[in-house]
Amino acid sequence: MEFEMDTYKSEIKPTWCPGCGDFAVLRALQMAIHGLQLEPWNILIVSGIGCSSNLPHFLSTYGFHAIHGRALPVAEGAKLANPELNVIVTGGDGDGYGIGVGHFIHAMRRNFDITYVVMNNQIYGLTTGQASPTSEKGMKTKSTPIEGVIENPIDPISLALASGATYVARTFSGDVKTMAELVKGGIEHKGFALIDCLSPCVTYNKVNTYDFFRERVYDLAKEGHDPSDMKAAFAKAMEWPAVQRDRVPLGLFYRNKDLPTYEDLEISLRKGPPVRQPLGVDNADELMAEFL
Amino acid sequence: MSKRSLALRVGGAAGDGVSSTAESFAKISARSGLHTWTYSSYQSVIRGGHVWTQVRGGLDPLLSHGDDPDVVLCLNQQTMDVHQADVPEGGAIIYDVDSVKPDPTKIRKNVRLIGIPLRKKAQTLSPNALMRNTVALGAAVQLFDMDFRHVESAFKDIWGDKKPEVAQQNLQAAKLGASAVVEMGGSLHLGLAYTNEAKYLMTGNEALCLGALAAGVKFLAQYPMTPASSILHWMALHGPKYGVVVKQVEDELSAMNMAVGAGFAGVRSMTATSGGGFSLMVEAIGQAGMTETPLVAVLVQRSGPSTGLPTKTEQGDLNLALGAGQGDWPRAILAPRHPEECFSLTAQAFNLAEIYQTPIIVISDLYLGEGFRTVEKPDFNVPIVRGMMAADGGTPKDFRRYQITESGVSPRALPGTKGFQFIGATDEHMESGELISDVLSGLPEFVEERRKMHEKRMRKLDGLRKDTPRPEIWGPKNADLTVILWGSTWGAAHEAILQVEEKEGLKANTLEFPTIFPFHVDETLQLLRGVKQSLAVEGNYTGQFSRLLRAETGYKPDHFYGRYDGEPFASRDIADKIVEVVA
Repeated sequence: MEFEMDTYKSEIKPTWCPGCGDFAVLRALQMAIHGLQLEPWNILIVSGIGCSSNLPHFLSTYGFHAIHGRALPVAEGAKLANPELNVIVTGGDGDGYGIGVGHFIHAMRRNFDITYVVMNNQIYGLTTGQASPTSEKGMKTKSTPIEGVIENPIDPISLALASGATYVARTFSGDVKTMAELVKGGIEHKGFALIDCLSPCVTYNKVNTYDFFRERVYDLAKEGHDPSDMKAAFAKAMEWPAVQRDRVPLGLFYRNKDLPTYEDLEISLRKGPPVRQPLGVDNADELMAEFL
Repeated sequence: MSKRSLALRVGGAAGDGVSSTAESFAKISARSGLHTWTYSSYQSVIRGGHVWTQVRGGLDPLLSHGDDPDVVLCLNQQTMDVHQADVPEGGAIIYDVDSVKPDPTKIRKNVRLIGIPLRKKAQTLSPNALMRNTVALGAAVQLFDMDFRHVESAFKDIWGDKKPEVAQQNLQAAKLGASAVVEMGGSLHLGLAYTNEAKYLMTGNEALCLGALAAGVKFLAQYPMTPASSILHWMALHGPKYGVVVKQVEDELSAMNMAVGAGFAGVRSMTATSGGGFSLMVEAIGQAGMTETPLVAVLVQRSGPSTGLPTKTEQGDLNLALGAGQGDWPRAILAPRHPEECFSLTAQAFNLAEIYQTPIIVISDLYLGEGFRTVEKPDFNVPIVRGMMAADGGTPKDFRRYQITESGVSPRALPGTKGFQFIGATDEHMESGELISDVLSGLPEFVEERRKMHEKRMRKLDGLRKDTPRPEIWGPKNADLTVILWGSTWGAAHEAILQVEEKEGLKANTLEFPTIFPFHVDETLQLLRGVKQSLAVEGNYTGQFSRLLRAETGYKPDHFYGRYDGEPFASRDIADKIVEVVA
């Protein structure tokens, strides 16, 4: 192999709390790009703001650490400028399912060839423990201290299915190996891939802990789920958190390999990557003729 | 008596075909060899209301859409009611005699009433109701003694090879209107000697698009918003031929962030909007400033605040452009005065954005962006300067993306370039791009590091100041009054100054600012030394530019004339103001 695991590591050490679920996601991502032997300079990792969004600094690829909630449109712009880049987006549930949820839906309906890895800890960590869009109903946080959360949580899986994502998976930081496989599958997939990573916050979320998930998770594949069946995927997505909280399905909910990506359909990309096209106008007379 | 210019005003309800009739006439005017200038007064409605467009044509270069029209073309009663009194002696009013009634008590003397059964005549050719406009257009062309072959070619452009029979029908309809005028006494005999040498006719927004293309734009992300939408429309149609990715996005947050992503990945990138959309972009444009990502942001102003008057002009967003984004970051703000500068300043903006690796704002307005003007053919041989690139001679080992330099500009690397990987970060960072915000900020060494990095970025303002167009004086030296202005106000002010010189013998000039920021303090102070008395003319209430001028130079204009009723400055209003101030 040309690239060793360490090739993908940067010299910067993560600043996450000991035990943070995000360490597993970083490791899984590193394993995935190592497994695919991607050239580090042809990877662009874009993140937003939040604990998890610091991730690009810990890898040796190109990165863009954007503002809160806007990683996806930055990534889409970069992908359109240079579709040859492997564009990966990382961030948290607040970043992607809260402040950036509008972009999330639109990126999926466009089916960009982008891999979106969300570290979902169901809490706002970096701002020290407020409710997030995926916090469970009733959860007491700094911003819901008396009676707990009174809103329903966002379900990113069914939202992704409804919005047109073509690779939809959920994984858990307690199982790095499976997570790495699903992230790798997402990067390989031609189209928009969402990998929702249940990544416990050991400091601020005392409800959705490693133990909470270990007691509840099960593997979709082992129960015979067919990821080409969208109806079945919706049914599985609805299990948690919408219906009950005793069983949490993990694995690949849905994959459709047959749909064109946005890049496939974009007329201006047929000449090749815009970043390598000549600049300026060489037929000004032709261009000006319509104004005469 | 022979005139040097003519003006036609077409009015009706939205949906009556006012703008297409006026645009056809503008094309006919430009092909007749006239310098042409249009202004559309329209409303935020698809059907109904009252809209009108004035098309002015002149043997000499024009400075505004003019005041009173020689001919008003009424497509409904309201147009007659509102505009009949504006037609000067020797002019004419065209209307449908079966549905519109003039009020003779309001009409000036020697104004000809050209009542034609427009609809009935059109119906002899086609059931299409809009054909009546063509009958009226033909009447107008006849009144102005223009060559009918321009009518024929204009229709060919519209319907072309696809519907030659419709083009032919319309030509017949226009001829019916012309014959009616002949029967009713013939043309106005204005005596304009048409050269029939066609001139280029375009809007400010189109000129801006051409400038962007000439400079090598490859990416536009935009959300529709009047009066910037025509940039999206033009680019969506023409961009792909030049490899421009044009993306309509979910909101202006996305538009600016996509432009940032594309700029970071290495293409010349832009977005365009009006004030409301720009308000949504401010956080993301600051992101480009912090990550040192090049892009061009176009702000075509309309009347605010808030939704304001969506179809009306104003210069009220200067403070927004100046203050966009939290904290200080280096920016340049360029303000084109006319379509030629929409082209040239936009092209220059792309170079500045890459040389200084920071966002450049081009601020225009509805009057300039949407109005048609004849222009000289722009020079497409725009020098393209892409700025400092790490891969040009640098080595990965020595590469620091945010290296502290005297100019403030650091070597840039594009994703995909082997060995130069780095993280562009919106948090404060070291030369390498590594954050100092998380665990290092506040430590003595990093207090210093932050100061140095912030100063490095802000030093780019010195270069931007050197590389941007200087303020300039137009008109006579030793003038009694200097009109201080920026942007599209240019034309009406020049015209006003020529008027007061001719009529009152007053000597006035202008001081104009194609660059709003960074402010050219020394040059401005030098020019102000020759100013006896000044009148600042701005399309806003608070004098946003005047306040900037005062903040930067200590100079307070003696008088202020602000307009914020949605209408563009009229030369006679500025002329009246000049006379009032000097007297």
